[in-house]
Amino acid sequence: MIRSIFYSLFLGLIIAAVLMFLVAFPFGQNKMGVGQYYLDNTVKETGASNVVTAVTLEYRGFDTLGEMTVLFAAATGVSLIFYLSDEEKKKKKRENNRTKANFVVRVGSRIIFPFVILFGIYIILHGHLTPGGGFQGGAVIASGVLMLYLANPDIQIGRNKLLVTEGLAGLTYVLIGLAGLFTPAKSFLANFLPLGTPGFILSAGILLPLYIAVGVKVGSEFSGIIDDLFSTIDENGGEE
Amino acid sequence: MIFYVTSLILIGIGLYAIIIKKNLIKIIIGLDLIETGVNLLIVSVGYINNGTAPIFSKGISASMMVDAVPQALTLTSIVIGASELALAAAFVILLYKHYGTLDIRKIRSLKW
Repeated sequence: MIRSIFYSLFLGLIIAAVLMFLVAFPFGQNKMGVGQYYLDNTVKETGASNVVTAVTLEYRGFDTLGEMTVLFAAATGVSLIFYLSDEEKKKKKRENNRTKANFVVRVGSRIIFPFVILFGIYIILHGHLTPGGGFQGGAVIASGVLMLYLANPDIQIGRNKLLVTEGLAGLTYVLIGLAGLFTPAKSFLANFLPLGTPGFILSAGILLPLYIAVGVKVGSEFSGIIDDLFSTIDENGGEE
Repeated sequence: MIFYVTSLILIGIGLYAIIIKKNLIKIIIGLDLIETGVNLLIVSVGYINNGTAPIFSKGISASMMVDAVPQALTLTSIVIGASELALAAAFVILLYKHYGTLDIRKIRSLKW
C-alpha cells in the first residue's frame, strides 16, 4: 500500500516536471532563432535541399560522429555477450535443426532481398534531397537482412566481413572530417567539395559521402546485432 | 496540443511499466514507450502552425517550414534507441540463461 502511494507520487512528480517545462513552450509557435538561421542559410551554405540532413551532418557533424560511437558501443556490447565464431554458429545451427520455412517463404525472401537492399541504397543516396538518409537507409538494409535470417534458418553472414565494412565506414567518416583541416576554413568536417546545383544528386559537397559512410556503418552494425541475437536461439532448451 | 498530451501519456505509461511491472520484457517495452514519447515531444516542440517539412522544393520557401533542429536530433535518437533496446534485450537473454526466470522478484540482487 505504502509502496503504491510512493510509486504514484513519483509518477505524478515526473509528469508535473515535464508539464512545467511545456508551459514555457506553447505549441505551434516559432521558438528558436537558430532554427530560423538554418532554414534561411542551408541552401546557400551547404547546397542541400533537405535542411534536416544539413543540420545533422554539416552544422552538427561532430555530434553525429559521437552518436555513431554510441551505436558502435551498443553493437559491441551485444556481440561481447553473445560472441561465437562462424564455425561455432554453423555447428549450433546444425544441432538445433530448426524447422525449415515453407518453400514459397524461402525463395520469395531471396527474390525480394536484392530489392530491399536497392531501396536502402536509394534512401541513402537521396538523403540530402528527400526525406531519408544514412540512418534510415541503413535500417532498411538491416531489415532486409532480418527477413533473410527469419526465412532461412541455415543462412550465415560472415562476421569478419561485417566488421571490416563497419570499420572502413567509420574510418571514412573520420578521414573526410580530417580532410576539412586542410581547407581554408581549417576546421574538422569543413566542406571541401564543390556545392553543385541544389536538387541534383551530385550536390551538397561532403554530405553525400558522409551519409554513404553513415548508411554502411548503420546497416552493417544492425546486421551484426541481428546475427548475434539469432545465434542465441536454442531450440532444445528454449521452452520450460 | 494533442501531440503534447499524447507524448505525456506515452511517457506516463512507459514509467508505469518500468516501476510497477515485474517482468523484464515488459520493463523493456516500457523503456521503448518512454523513448517514443520523448521523440514525439521533441518533434512537436519544433512544430510551427501550418508549417511544411523542412525540405526545399518547387514553391516551398524557408518561411513556410517547421523547425529542423528537433527533427535532426530525433533522427539520431531513434537509431540509438533501437541499438540500446538490442543491448537491453541481450542483457535480458543473459539473465534468463543464468536464472531461468524473467521475474525480477526471483532474481537475486534485483529484488525490491
